[in-house]
Amino acid sequence: MSETIVPRKTYVTVWAALLLLLLSTIAVSYIHLGWLNPVAAVGIAAMKAAIIILYFMHVRYSPRLVWVFVGAGFFWVLILFAITFGDYLTRGYLPAPAIWQP
Amino acid sequence: MGTIAHQFDSAEQQQEAATLGMWVFLATEVLFFGAMFLGYSVYRSAYPAAFGEASRHLDILLGSINTAVLLCSSLTMAMAVHAAQLGSRRLCIGFLCGTMGLGAVFLGIKFYEYVEKYREGLIPAIHFEFHGADPQHAAIFYVFYFIMTGMHALHMVIGISLMGVLAWITRKGRISAGYYTPVEMGGLYWHFVDIVWVFLFPLLYLVDRSQ
Repeated sequence: MSETIVPRKTYVTVWAALLLLLLSTIAVSYIHLGWLNPVAAVGIAAMKAAIIILYFMHVRYSPRLVWVFVGAGFFWVLILFAITFGDYLTRGYLPAPAIWQP
Repeated sequence: MGTIAHQFDSAEQQQEAATLGMWVFLATEVLFFGAMFLGYSVYRSAYPAAFGEASRHLDILLGSINTAVLLCSSLTMAMAVHAAQLGSRRLCIGFLCGTMGLGAVFLGIKFYEYVEKYREGLIPAIHFEFHGADPQHAAIFYVFYFIMTGMHALHMVIGISLMGVLAWITRKGRISAGYYTPVEMGGLYWHFVDIVWVFLFPLLYLVDRSQ
């Protein structure tokens, strides 16, 4: 097989980084940041997901075609969120987010 | 060398086809969970205070331990694939069993949490006695909590069974340095289930903890 064999040290480093990010997401959630709290929670989760995908799931070492397939799934979720929230937020079904209020 | 099905030119092409197919499947899984995350987001935007109060009733210590357990299981899974790539079957089986063990610990803790929620009266429609400001909308949070963690737990059960099958075929000698695609694909599935939890944990356990 021509596939790259990732050294064990990389996996251990990635694992340590994931645990550090876990601790930071717990710590940040106890600091009052208002609307930034959920943004930080999802942002840190996205970082964790990205390093799992790139290293544990070998996407970093995979052909570009695999990148397209990986991106497609997440891109469609983005469409799902964008269109649904575009509707809910502009028709007054949901309270406007705090960030919009003066 | 491993087996190459007649429709493929080479082992590399076969492996790439399997990887692409697996990612197509995972994309459907991303959308399956994505729809639940969307529903959660809409209702959390509508009732932020009720969601915050309901979330603070979840056990943050057990949730954090479970997240760490899953991250460790992803490490043992990555090590199992690594061992398979090098052709060391014993090590691969050992890491697969370690992954199954950590998965079982996760499910055990999750089950204990469910039992606790039942005792506290936080299961909508079964035993619900929420004494907060807005029990009606807190119930929506718990519905999302049980459906999302329940679907995730189901994926864990499937994942653990899959690891059992992989350990078995590795033992039978069907995995080698020349052909380890099944272990690699099982790894993709396991890591995906881990990623779902990576998003579930902050969205369910860490809402408004600063209040």
